[in-house]
Amino acid sequence: MSKNEVAILGAGMHPWGKWGRNFVEYGVVAIKAAIADAGIEWKDVDFVVGGDTMRNGYPGYVAGATFAKAMGWTGIPIASCYAACATGAQAIEIARTRILAGMAEVAVVVGADTTPKGFLAPAKGERALDPDWLRFRLLGATNPTYFGLYAQRRMDLYGATEQDFARIKVKNSKHGFTNPNARYRQIYTEAEVLASPLVAAPLRLFEICATSDGGAALVLCSMEYAKKKGIAKPVRIAAVSTVSPTFPNTTIDMPDFSTDSAAGIAAPDRSFKDSISWAAYQEAGIDPSDVDLAEVYDLSSALELDWYENIGLCKPGEAEGMLRSGATEIGGRVPVNPSGGLSCFGEAVPAQAIAQVCELTWQLRGTAGERQVAGAKVGITANQGLFGHGSSVLCTR
Amino acid sequence: MSTSKPKKRVAAVEGWIDVDPKNPRLVGYKDDASGTFFFPKDVAISRAPGFSDTPLREVRLSNRGKLWSYTTNHYKPPEPAISSDPFVPYTVAAVELTEERMVILGQLADGIDPTTMEVGQEMELTLATLYEDDENEYIVWKWKPVSA
Repeated sequence: MSKNEVAILGAGMHPWGKWGRNFVEYGVVAIKAAIADAGIEWKDVDFVVGGDTMRNGYPGYVAGATFAKAMGWTGIPIASCYAACATGAQAIEIARTRILAGMAEVAVVVGADTTPKGFLAPAKGERALDPDWLRFRLLGATNPTYFGLYAQRRMDLYGATEQDFARIKVKNSKHGFTNPNARYRQIYTEAEVLASPLVAAPLRLFEICATSDGGAALVLCSMEYAKKKGIAKPVRIAAVSTVSPTFPNTTIDMPDFSTDSAAGIAAPDRSFKDSISWAAYQEAGIDPSDVDLAEVYDLSSALELDWYENIGLCKPGEAEGMLRSGATEIGGRVPVNPSGGLSCFGEAVPAQAIAQVCELTWQLRGTAGERQVAGAKVGITANQGLFGHGSSVLCTR
Repeated sequence: MSTSKPKKRVAAVEGWIDVDPKNPRLVGYKDDASGTFFFPKDVAISRAPGFSDTPLREVRLSNRGKLWSYTTNHYKPPEPAISSDPFVPYTVAAVELTEERMVILGQLADGIDPTTMEVGQEMELTLATLYEDDENEYIVWKWKPVSA
């Protein structure tokens, strides 16, 4: 059992969409929902961590202050952080460690974003030293380019097919169909997915994650505080992983031109993506075979297959078989993305890793409604943030 | 105004490529103490942990490797990418250099049918013009199958 447990007292979200409003609004809706869910009041909160957004000017860079101010200053300490797609996990980790250190009792973690349409593009201006600018300039390497590379490699190495990739989308569309917080609530057929236009071959339009607006928040507290509130069996965070790569990192990662070289120093036994959830399992003393459900970052349909292997649900090369067997559908052995995943949400960067934990909270409480995974006791999230940010949260009940 | 004066070939990013069409090379760096290669040079020191005091030596990376993966983009990429008008799909290849044990991205050379490619096949470096102005042709590296 993990010695590092904190309780999840409340979870709340603002529905994902393309609402085009101020991101602060979404965050406040999510905080209010999480606080109401926790049965506390704003003045009970003694620490706030905000996940930053890079697309909403200065208030976005100091999200902790922005949200604390919007809810009404109460003089408490605050923090803001950014770790690209891993921002939410980083924010959770800051709150968790402060609670575990005894320096906070009940903390709010929140992230929200408003996003532009279309491809995520680098910041403007001529910036020959910025790899994120140069990859577009020299190679036209958009984000889907990297997803396409991973997908094609699975086809050539493991015999993945276009039908497999479409099947992921179909599965997640069924999962998210009844999720009130999901942006896309439409059940797709394999034929519809395969008829959508190619974006980065072999990946098609319906298989690539969109950018969304949305907000998510959690109320975390010490186990003692949960007990004091009369909650005998709260959902717990048993471990959080925010690991970084070990040199040499030999898998090409967005936004790089090249991997590290393994000519001098041998590559580590565990790849970066494998190490992310491994660190969480180690901390909690939980085995991947104990996992009842997972929320993973399906930036593309094919990427979900990589995650099955990266989080230890199966061995390398076995993900396609696992998918085809139905094991990762609700009702199967270990449902993956019961929320509908990014496939149904699109990505609201600083909110997404928090939203993953909101879903685990509801699933482990048994209150996820039509998408409930029966008897779920252990859930894990996984995601990877640009520039080497691991993100995995392991929850138990 | 037209001029017959040939344009000068320069690397699209200064110092990254030898633009001699007979021997195209990427300019890399090596930390001789750990034996690690780098491309491109992002800082002046070795990023191998424990070797940050080792100076980096400029080297020419080998121009051959094995195809790690590839993908064809069917949508016009956003700025600052440079794409043809009207837009034509382009392929990005990831190639693992055999000697340096590192994967480097590059576009696939024009005129190669990506559906004939296979992960693991031998690839080599070639050069192409990314864009030009009145004086210069700006050169970028691309990958092509060894047989082509």
